[in-house]
Amino acid sequence: MYQAIVFLPLLGCLIAGLFGRFVGARGAEIVTSALLLVSAALSWFAFVDVGFLGHEARVKLFTWIASGGLKVDWALRIDGLTAVMLVVVTTVSALVHVYSIGYMREDPHRPRFFSYLSLFTFAMLMLVSSDNLVQLFFGWEGVGLMSYLLIGFWYQKPEANAAAIKAFVVNRVGDFGFALGIFAVFALVGSVGFETIFAEAKSLTGKTIHILGGDFDALTVICLLLFLGAMGKSAQFLLHTWLPDAMEGPTPVSALIHAATMVTAGVFMVARLSPLFELAPTALAFVTFIGATTAFFAATVGLVQNDIKRIVAYSTCSQLGYMFVAMGVGAYSVGMFHLFTHAFFKALLFLGAGSVITALHHEQDIRRMGGLRPVLPITYAMMVIGTLSLTGFPLTAGFFSKDAIIEAAYAGHNAFAAYAFWLTLIAAGLTAFYSWRLVFVAFHGRSRADHHVLEHAHESPPVMTVPLGVLALGAIVAGFAAKGIFAGEGMEQFFRESIFSKDGHRIIEEMHHGPFWVTWAPTLMMVVGFAVAYWFYIHDPAIPRELARRNDILYRFLLNKWYFDEIYDFLLVRPVKWLGYTLWKRGDGWLIDGFGPDGVAARVLDVTKNVIRLQTGYLYHYAFVMLVGVAALVSWFLVRGGG
Amino acid sequence: MNLTLPALGPALPEIVILVGALALLFLGAWRGEAARPVVDFGAILLLVLAGAIVVLLPGGTLSTFGGSFLLDPFARFLKILALAGAAAALLMSFDFLRAEKLERYEFGILVLTATAGMLVMISSNDLITLYLGVELMSLSLYVMAAIQRDSVRSTEAGLKYFVLGALSSGMLLYGASLVYGFTGTVGFPGIAAAAKAGSLGLVFGLVFLFAGLAFKVSAVPFHMWTPDVYEGAPTPVTAFFAAAPKVAGIAIFVRVAIDAFPNIVPQWQQIVIFLAIASMVLGAFAAIGQRNIKRLMAYSSIGHVGYTLVGLAAGTPAGVAGVLVYMAIYVAMTLGTFACILAMRRNGEAIEEIDELAGLARTQPMVAFLLGALLFSLAGIPPLAGFFAKFYVFLAAIEARLYALAVIGVVASVVGAYYYLRIVKLMYMDEPKAAFEPMARPLGFVLGITGLFVLLFFVYPAPLVAAAQAAAQSLF
Repeated sequence: MYQAIVFLPLLGCLIAGLFGRFVGARGAEIVTSALLLVSAALSWFAFVDVGFLGHEARVKLFTWIASGGLKVDWALRIDGLTAVMLVVVTTVSALVHVYSIGYMREDPHRPRFFSYLSLFTFAMLMLVSSDNLVQLFFGWEGVGLMSYLLIGFWYQKPEANAAAIKAFVVNRVGDFGFALGIFAVFALVGSVGFETIFAEAKSLTGKTIHILGGDFDALTVICLLLFLGAMGKSAQFLLHTWLPDAMEGPTPVSALIHAATMVTAGVFMVARLSPLFELAPTALAFVTFIGATTAFFAATVGLVQNDIKRIVAYSTCSQLGYMFVAMGVGAYSVGMFHLFTHAFFKALLFLGAGSVITALHHEQDIRRMGGLRPVLPITYAMMVIGTLSLTGFPLTAGFFSKDAIIEAAYAGHNAFAAYAFWLTLIAAGLTAFYSWRLVFVAFHGRSRADHHVLEHAHESPPVMTVPLGVLALGAIVAGFAAKGIFAGEGMEQFFRESIFSKDGHRIIEEMHHGPFWVTWAPTLMMVVGFAVAYWFYIHDPAIPRELARRNDILYRFLLNKWYFDEIYDFLLVRPVKWLGYTLWKRGDGWLIDGFGPDGVAARVLDVTKNVIRLQTGYLYHYAFVMLVGVAALVSWFLVRGGG
Repeated sequence: MNLTLPALGPALPEIVILVGALALLFLGAWRGEAARPVVDFGAILLLVLAGAIVVLLPGGTLSTFGGSFLLDPFARFLKILALAGAAAALLMSFDFLRAEKLERYEFGILVLTATAGMLVMISSNDLITLYLGVELMSLSLYVMAAIQRDSVRSTEAGLKYFVLGALSSGMLLYGASLVYGFTGTVGFPGIAAAAKAGSLGLVFGLVFLFAGLAFKVSAVPFHMWTPDVYEGAPTPVTAFFAAAPKVAGIAIFVRVAIDAFPNIVPQWQQIVIFLAIASMVLGAFAAIGQRNIKRLMAYSSIGHVGYTLVGLAAGTPAGVAGVLVYMAIYVAMTLGTFACILAMRRNGEAIEEIDELAGLARTQPMVAFLLGALLFSLAGIPPLAGFFAKFYVFLAAIEARLYALAVIGVVASVVGAYYYLRIVKLMYMDEPKAAFEPMARPLGFVLGITGLFVLLFFVYPAPLVAAAQAAAQSLF
């Protein structure tokens, strides 16, 4: 069964990718979607089987690498943590596949698109079911590659290509750290298998590792390096710049990869390696700090963006920060909880945004929308449900998971727990504001769209709205249904060994006993955010413009995303480009080509010209050359004394 | 004086050709131009017959005329090669000469006498026989070069060739007399026995002797006549020049070096290395600047002689075997290429500009493919025959510890590859020019055979290589 879950998407990818010409676009859509639906159904079955009936499994497929002390297997490790990810990945992927049938219906390259989607799903499943760090890295790079290919799917668009390259390059930074982390683990433990690493983890406490002329705590170094990978993949503060640009890809891709699955790989990885992180409190504090900063930073930027997908993208960035806060304070299952619910409501928001975008013929700027509620009633309803869930309206999915994180941050013990609590609390208000702003500006008020566009605007076909409905259902009930196993008593029963806590999950207990105001503060922030948004965009639309004018510097600071792209461009991109250009023009072009191929070729022509000049056509010259030849040989032997 | 007739059997091929040539000459003188078809056919028949006799004569080493004439496996190998080259060149000439209104019965007869001279050179075992063969061949060739009497270029070519040839003959004779003076004999075995140590006088003789021989194979710096004569002479004559006489020249070069001077190898090795390097390098560089394909082939042949001499410079049985393999493959490549050059005709005029080959792949794809294969082979690109030719001589040079020579040879062949590949590029990548006239059947026949030989040599190289090794072994 587990093999089927993981390999059915690969099968779909191969059929659509290699035989797309024979099965046709329609065939490719049906085959990949059907296989994914089967895989998703099996995943839910596995979820129950593993989580509630306790049938954990390790399926060894075959040995991958056996070289000296390094032994790596292809194996599927199926436990509670994996089960959650399997469900999230296959469900969202299956829905996105179906949705894409509608969304991509006019694209000529559908077989390629569906092949990529399925291959991405396979890589993601490989990542979450891996049994060792190398297999994890394989999946990690696999999803990175597919992300690159899918962001740049419309390769005719220069912005899409640039975004794809940016995503790939920024991720290299993180992946470099991740790879170093794996090397360090292998150097210290002598194995990359999770079983061995976790068994050995305790003995590593207090050990030091010698780098850059200093001795540092080994576990802290390892965890920080590994977390660097997570920062890249999950678009955390400093390595977040690629995620908003990645919105150049098709919207279903954004929903699948850049909301529900790949970007959560970093969160999953930290949870999976909780036996290591638990023993490195410094690293955990750092995780908390980065998570909280990201949650706040991305929310502030989201306040002023105008591109519908970018708003959702910054929201994703911010929510990922929440998840890392939970990880950082040791509430791994709570982070996973938010990952789980977030997959539903964020995929819903993205797909809803996609529905808007197709209806308006690829208009993405919310300033040119407005008044869409009567035109797109189903999409509107779906967006509202997604927004309610994201902002944590009571009893929706987001309410349970996000509030749980904020409570966990309050109850947390590390150095940045309080910092995290306040930042996530403020971010909750900001989230409510920018989410409702999106809904109000796009769907309410007077229409600002071109009336030609509006005339042709129509509700999406059922193949797109049905997946939205399924996700909306998830966005409403997932929190209530699953809070027991993620943030309640069922937690230890469900996750068992897959999540480790050195103090027996005390934090889960403690977060339920916070003061009353802590419990309700997030909801209050949500209401405030909603109210301000309502006031600004429904009641008195002149205010935001006035506010932006008066606080021009702040407004532009936020609009330009804290100037991160500009700073990176100045500090890194331009020097590297200069270096590359110099090496190309001076190093390769002038030095190597000039003295190498081109120079030699030019000298050959020079020699040729001189040689040809010898051939004068005069008989006496020819005779003279012959005599010189004889004379030279004779002289040679005279000088050498007869040889 | 006791006059007994020497055994004529070993010299039967030469006798057949010369007697046949005289008979055809009488026929031509008697019947005039009407005899031309008979003469042409008879000439080819005589060459084939001579080849058959070479094969059918008893094996082993035969010697006659008091030891001055030798028929050993080495001579057999090269004689068959020279006869084949001469016959193929003659076969290719008919259509071209007819189209150019150059048809004369003397042409076939001159080919026969020149070939007889080559056969004598190949079999010579003393300096007198050597000179006899060289002059018989050369005098025929001078006339052939100038056979287009009303063309300035052709007569100029004949005259230049003649004057410079006379100079080289003088050097050859001067060298021969010095060698005779210092050894007291003209027979190669006798010279070998006498020349134990390289006295300065003997080395002087060696230098002049080799200078004369180098002129015949157009090794640098005795090559100056080659481009002018190749370009000026009618193309069938050039094709003939490029194939058979080279075989004979290389043959006598090897025989003199190995048979007559086996005890002063270091001395003649220095000369041969100098000639080889100079030829390879000049052949490669000078060819790049050519626009006329016949001039290009002149420099190409200079380069190839350089590579061949690399095998001789090794001075080992493997080196000589490499020389023989190289000559066989070289003759095939050259004849095939000249078949294409002879077929470059448009509106009844011969075309000699390289650029006119542009786009041949689209107008005559089969010809372009075979010519492309031949050019790749001339450049020495694996797995074509030309690669193996170079491989054997370079391998022999390396085994003889002549590393620098082998390296220079490889570098020169890289430079040389440029001008061959440029033609391939012209044929396959450039816009086509007007199509050539369809290829005459004999040309297609020669091109097909040589093209397939070059393409498929690597499949079954053993017969040629084994024969060359056996032939080389007979010299040592």
